[in-house]
Amino acid sequence: MFDDEGMDEIRQIFLEESTEGLDLMESGLLELEPGTADMDTINNIFRAAHSIKGGGGTFGFVEVSDFTHWVETVLDEMRSGERAVTEDGITLLLETVDCLRGMMDSINAQSDYDTPRISALQARIVAVLNGEADPGVAAEEGQSNESEEEDLSVEPATELDGVPETASSADISAEQSLPAVDDKTDAAVDEVAPVLEKTNSAAVTPEPEKIEPEVVAEPAPAPAPKAAPKAAPTQKAAPASKAGKGKAEKGGSETGSSIRVNVDKVDSLLNLVGELVITQSMLGRFKKEFKVNDLADLRDGLAQLESNTRELQESAMQIRMLPIKVAFSRFTRLVRDLSRNLGKKVRLELKGEQTELDKTVLEKIGDPLVHLVRNSLDHGIETVEKRLAAGKPAEGLLQLSAYHEAGNIVIEISDDGAGLNRDKILSKAIERGLVGEDEVISDDRIYMLIFQAGFSTADHVSDVSGRGVGMDVVRRNIQDLGGRIDIKSEVGKGSTITIRLPLTLAILDGQLVRVGEQTYIVPLLSIVESVFINPERVNVVANNQMLYRLREEFLPITDLRAICGGYYRNMSLDVEELDDKLLVVIETAGNRYGLVVDDLEDQQQVVIKALENNYRHVSGLAGATILGDGSVSLILDIPSLAQRCFSDLDEPVSVPEQKASA
Amino acid sequence: MNDEQIQLDGGIDLNPDALQFLTFILNGEEYGVDILKVQGIQGWSKVTPIPNTPDFMLGVINLRGAVVPIVDLRKRFQLDIVDYGPTTVVIVVKVASDDGERVVGMVVDAVSEVYNVNAKDIKPSPSFSGSISTEYIRGLSMIENKMVILLEIDSLVNAGVLDLVPGELVV
Repeated sequence: MFDDEGMDEIRQIFLEESTEGLDLMESGLLELEPGTADMDTINNIFRAAHSIKGGGGTFGFVEVSDFTHWVETVLDEMRSGERAVTEDGITLLLETVDCLRGMMDSINAQSDYDTPRISALQARIVAVLNGEADPGVAAEEGQSNESEEEDLSVEPATELDGVPETASSADISAEQSLPAVDDKTDAAVDEVAPVLEKTNSAAVTPEPEKIEPEVVAEPAPAPAPKAAPKAAPTQKAAPASKAGKGKAEKGGSETGSSIRVNVDKVDSLLNLVGELVITQSMLGRFKKEFKVNDLADLRDGLAQLESNTRELQESAMQIRMLPIKVAFSRFTRLVRDLSRNLGKKVRLELKGEQTELDKTVLEKIGDPLVHLVRNSLDHGIETVEKRLAAGKPAEGLLQLSAYHEAGNIVIEISDDGAGLNRDKILSKAIERGLVGEDEVISDDRIYMLIFQAGFSTADHVSDVSGRGVGMDVVRRNIQDLGGRIDIKSEVGKGSTITIRLPLTLAILDGQLVRVGEQTYIVPLLSIVESVFINPERVNVVANNQMLYRLREEFLPITDLRAICGGYYRNMSLDVEELDDKLLVVIETAGNRYGLVVDDLEDQQQVVIKALENNYRHVSGLAGATILGDGSVSLILDIPSLAQRCFSDLDEPVSVPEQKASA
Repeated sequence: MNDEQIQLDGGIDLNPDALQFLTFILNGEEYGVDILKVQGIQGWSKVTPIPNTPDFMLGVINLRGAVVPIVDLRKRFQLDIVDYGPTTVVIVVKVASDDGERVVGMVVDAVSEVYNVNAKDIKPSPSFSGSISTEYIRGLSMIENKMVILLEIDSLVNAGVLDLVPGELVV
């Protein structure tokens, strides 16, 4: 279709810009509340559409500009107040966004447009513009999320005694004189608006863009300035507005290999390169001549080189960091569509959208998240009737939140739905032979069963979920990323799925600790402090669990030697032997524990080499690294170690070394 | 040496049926590994043990910047443990796995020879109790009046060694 040299580049630019524009339109539309004409938002949507239309025209994608022209007309009418903002209107516009996305995909793949879809949608827009009811709504022409539309639009009509028309039919009367503003219509719209708002806004218009100031807290001592709050002015020329503000740091992850980096990050990188050059020239003069009294200078220079290298590395890593918003943004739409589809009322709350994580991790986490959200909507949150019967508010709450914790990013998906049905899962597991009839297992382990391949307790399979595929894939994907997944659930109250992922897959600040002959690496971010052990402060309680009294606090402690000897439970440790040893206090998931080590060695940055490359994931280990002397050292995975050593499970979590049978 | 062998030694495989095997000694038996899978042979060096792995998993080493697991085939197949001697070597193989390739070192008693074997000379393995169970054996071949057991190295390394986990949770 477009074969010219150079056209490729132009197409890429156009696609990137348009994709961004479409995202902007979508988030704006989702923000728009039926019945209210929020000028800022409408203007934003309009501008985005206008840019796409303009781009399409300029770069020769006539179909795009033609189609967008109609969309623009609708928006223009909304902007000028001639057309009320209705639920149906928003849905129609969202469909046009989808359609435009499809066109962008076609342009990208250099394939033909999906002409029937485009013309069908265009016909609907024209019909609406001509003042007819949206034929798509009336005819239910197979668009999956249209089925509930009727109910929604009828509701307000029945409540309106004085004005027996919905907003879209109010338009009909105004239609005769399109450009003119019809007083009567306006009056009608005004009357309809509040009611519409009352009935509809709560149900289907979640407040998508909330920037939480507290989540900008980044544990990494990043030299790059925190980009989040001031991203808007640098990236968007458009005046800051609700939508613009939210979209500020949207990266171009959808377009594959390119990445949009805040200019501040690039500047800081360049500054550091400048400093490195200065250090280099300073050290370079020793090549010519070196006297003994230069030693101090040389040492200073090397120290500077070290700090330059470290900062440069951090700064370079920062470039790969994107806010999780990129992954979260799709959920506003997904939840809106899906909850209508399922006939449920669901409000989505996003928290910590500015939490940054590595682009690779971000790209890989998208699909598992979609799966978990769909699951929550389908199985977790109940229908309105059930919720009311259970004495809960009609509207379900789905919360997605992200925050940093000790070198990890934690993503939580929680709903206030029915919760996991422990007994049902257990009986299903027994039925399938996963668990013995009279085996006693803890609730946590029962919940983890849902991650088994082919496991489903759904009574019937819906098109959303219930086939029992997926959860195992979710777990595998997360484990592949070096992450963990946990479930907490309470019947009738809802469930929370917690995903912990490493912030980046490449480098880590580590504390080298010596245990016997081996050196292990503890991620520095997990360490609170290190103290000499005073054996008098050690108390042994049930299960051989040792507690250490550190100031006014009792810490469960364990000997790293026991763990690394292949035992996860505390073997009986000789308290006397603890003299002279060190206690590394670690913090994970809000709890503090102590690890007994023989000695502390250097702190250094280590490059993480995954054990999975040539072997497999070993629980308790985050990977391995190669130290300066060429030896391999293992990196401890503190959250999983803590869980295994200090969790309250009664049964042993792991069996010590065992010979595999031939 | 015949002509064919010279060509093969030159690295050019003109006969599609001809295969080359590197053989090693384990418990007095001679085993062959497809030479294309062999990355190198090296002496025994200190490993970093990995906790919570089966005992035949000795640990990992740094092999040119990669972290490579080292397994002891004697321990894996529950043979008598012998002390590592001067002939003890590590054969590093690269095998295909579900998600790409894995590089693994295997500790064996000694490296023996490189043989040319014609594919049609590989006889299916009868069920017999050798040191390495038959499911990892590709076939037998008589070479210079000795029996060489040719290994299915991919499945031996993946299913037979690396994928075995101790105390995997029952759930």
